Amino acid sequence: MSKIFGFVLVLASFWLISSGMFKPLLLSFGVVSIVIVIALTYRMKKKDAESFPIILPSLRLPGYLLWMVGQIVASNLDVAKRIWAGKSAISPTIFTVKATQKTDVAKVLYANSITMTPGTVTLSVREDVLEVHALSSEAAEDLKKGEMDRRVTALEAA
Amino acid sequence: MDLVLDILSWIFIVAGGFFGITGAIGLFRFPDFYSRLHAASITDTFSVGLIILGLVLQSSSVLMVLKLLLLLLLFAYTGPTAAHALAKSARQAKLEPLLGDQTDKKGEAP
Repeated sequence: MSKIFGFVLVLASFWLISSGMFKPLLLSFGVVSIVIVIALTYRMKKKDAESFPIILPSLRLPGYLLWMVGQIVASNLDVAKRIWAGKSAISPTIFTVKATQKTDVAKVLYANSITMTPGTVTLSVREDVLEVHALSSEAAEDLKKGEMDRRVTALEAA
Repeated sequence: MDLVLDILSWIFIVAGGFFGITGAIGLFRFPDFYSRLHAASITDTFSVGLIILGLVLQSSSVLMVLKLLLLLLLFAYTGPTAAHALAKSARQAKLEPLLGDQTDKKGEAP
């Protein structure tokens, strides 16, 4: 039930931000749309257990996002430097890291976080092993330390 | 105050443009598919982020700011998804990545 409430909240804010009109007619269109989407999602729920996967309920999420922004900025500067330095500055590697998360949502978040930071891309996910391609061995070493993995797992706990 | 905001927003937008160009140059400069993917991801994280931040400082209403942030969220979802889809299908098609130190391989065909 709380999941549906959160979903309604997300959909409603999405509608309001996209339309920006507060006339009764348009608001009622919004309400109808949300009801239809919820109904459709509820039907799909019988096939798929994760119909509402958007929300990973954790109080630490804002802190994680902030940390991610810092990581993205740092790795962007690093990759940009390597681009200007040319081919000699890169040493591509492929390696695997273990994902310690239990739920699928958290694993997706971890894999996507890896992909989102320039310099590392997740190639495949099998059970709890992620295959990662890194632009430089430094970026690979950085990821192998497992700080990102720890932080995502901590999101699950809280 | 307006002048300060304008200067700040222009710094962000110009920096975003610079990183966009950097990503494009990396796309041509790097030797193989996988390393080019990394160059492209500069464009859809940092470049987009900086340009949107610059535009946020220019916008006149809260609604516009929220719309811009929504756009940033869209990029945050689609960027990694597209990058992963490309990388995974390349891997499954058995496209061999170029590995190791690239220092001594100048002029070699990728």
